[in-house]
Amino acid sequence: DVDGVGHKYHLELVLEDVLDKDSTVNCTAEVLYHLGKKTIAPDVEFTIEGELKNTDEADNAFYNQIKSLEKELVAENIPDSHGNVSPEMEPIHLLAWVASGYVMWQNSTENTKFQLAQIKHVKQVKRSDEYLEFDYMILLHEIVSQEIIPWQMTVLWHPQRGVQVTQ
Amino acid sequence: LSSLPHQVDFWRHPSSPGRPADLRVPFPSLQAVKIFLESNGISYSIMIVDVQELLDEEKKTMMESRRTERSISTFDFASYHTLDEIYDWMDMLVDDHPSLVSKIQIGQSYENRSLYLLKFSTGGSNRPAIWLDTGIHSREWITHATGVWTANKIAEEYGQDPSVTAILDSMDIFFEIVTNPDGFAFTHSSNRMWRKTRSINAGSRCIGVDPNRNWDAGFGGSGSSSNPCSETYHGPYAHSEREVKAIVDFIRGHGSVKSVISIHSYSQMLLFPYGYKTAPAPHHQELNELAKKAVSDLAVVYGTKYTYGSIADTIYMADGTTVDWAYDNGVKYSFTFELRDTGRYGFLLPSTQIIPTATETWPALLDIMVHVLEHPY
Repeated sequence: DVDGVGHKYHLELVLEDVLDKDSTVNCTAEVLYHLGKKTIAPDVEFTIEGELKNTDEADNAFYNQIKSLEKELVAENIPDSHGNVSPEMEPIHLLAWVASGYVMWQNSTENTKFQLAQIKHVKQVKRSDEYLEFDYMILLHEIVSQEIIPWQMTVLWHPQRGVQVTQ
Repeated sequence: LSSLPHQVDFWRHPSSPGRPADLRVPFPSLQAVKIFLESNGISYSIMIVDVQELLDEEKKTMMESRRTERSISTFDFASYHTLDEIYDWMDMLVDDHPSLVSKIQIGQSYENRSLYLLKFSTGGSNRPAIWLDTGIHSREWITHATGVWTANKIAEEYGQDPSVTAILDSMDIFFEIVTNPDGFAFTHSSNRMWRKTRSINAGSRCIGVDPNRNWDAGFGGSGSSSNPCSETYHGPYAHSEREVKAIVDFIRGHGSVKSVISIHSYSQMLLFPYGYKTAPAPHHQELNELAKKAVSDLAVVYGTKYTYGSIADTIYMADGTTVDWAYDNGVKYSFTFELRDTGRYGFLLPSTQIIPTATETWPALLDIMVHVLEHPY
């Protein structure tokens, strides 16, 4: 408890690469949930012990693949009802996962636990600059209330410049 | 909008200002609805451009993966099935094991679908019994799939596996695979994320009651919702749902059920009472030890890690749950499983994980059932 401010948690965690279970990295973090009714995202500070894997090759491959599409990418229901994600859609799925993490962070309290349930719809928006832009309609699953929450997010991404999310 | 002659079909009913509503608009009404929304300053976005196209695609995919299942040996345990397919398969299981397995109807759902149990019995008269259920929450497809595989496994292993044989030589097993058939049909036809029953709520546009908050154990508390639009709506009163009442009546009527194992997804947990209070159950220690063993035997198969403990300690406060009711009504060995995964796919667990999930869960189920057999009460 931090009097008058909120609740602070000190965490020691292990990050695991979703695509390579044997690749792990230790991490420590401090999370401060603010007191009061205002919905402010919790403050997060973290330190990663070691380095994250280099993903340049896969990033560039995806980037070039999308850039070379004649028509803007449009897709629905990722994964589908049976849990399938086609190989071409896997990077779209992973990007949504990262971006939804930001949305979850912004909407987290000590009484919420979010997961990305599904991408209902994704549409690429062509840009004149070097960024890729995707408009996502996603479904978030909030475990405590069990609610399925639709959310619209616009995601910008560039291999070297990372992810940006506007809600 | 629903009062206008546009035949708009609400997939998510308006509940309160600021919360979204989803509606399916028939093509002839599209222009009129758009004009209506725009002229009333209601912002909208199109989630699915052509529903029919999606349905055609899904139908095509299901046709491609469906095989003509004429016997148990051709049933594809590694894919997800429809209600009809599961009900047909149940009849095949009974046909293949007529002296061991029978099918019992215990009631009807809200929309009048049959509620079926598979009864595994080698005879006797009202032997002490173990109850298993899957699919009480319809979007948890891995549970029905695991249920089908497990029922088949039980039938196969009688006379082969010493534990299964010992259990069925003294006890009966009752297995309800599709505990919420209305919800399950709805996840196939309309909304893959549907959880609740499909009962109409008086005075509300929202449909359905959470069947795992509708039991008479701490009913109506803050571990459930009084809002019909909520996913954890407890219903107007305990056992209001036909799907729940049918089980209550069956277990009460039977009088000798010694264990209730209710299977859900997802989170990878093995839970026991209580969910409606934080005070430990009188048998907490024994249940905790048994859960610990079951979870450890599950992990041996593929390394899948489960957490375990009381519902209130491990997941959240939940009022009106199946296992709390069972426990408070004399069923000591009451457990809830939360199967794979921990959120990466969540409810949309790939079908490639069906058999691994069922395979790893089997030793955990056996641990519980053997313990029940060896600790009569």
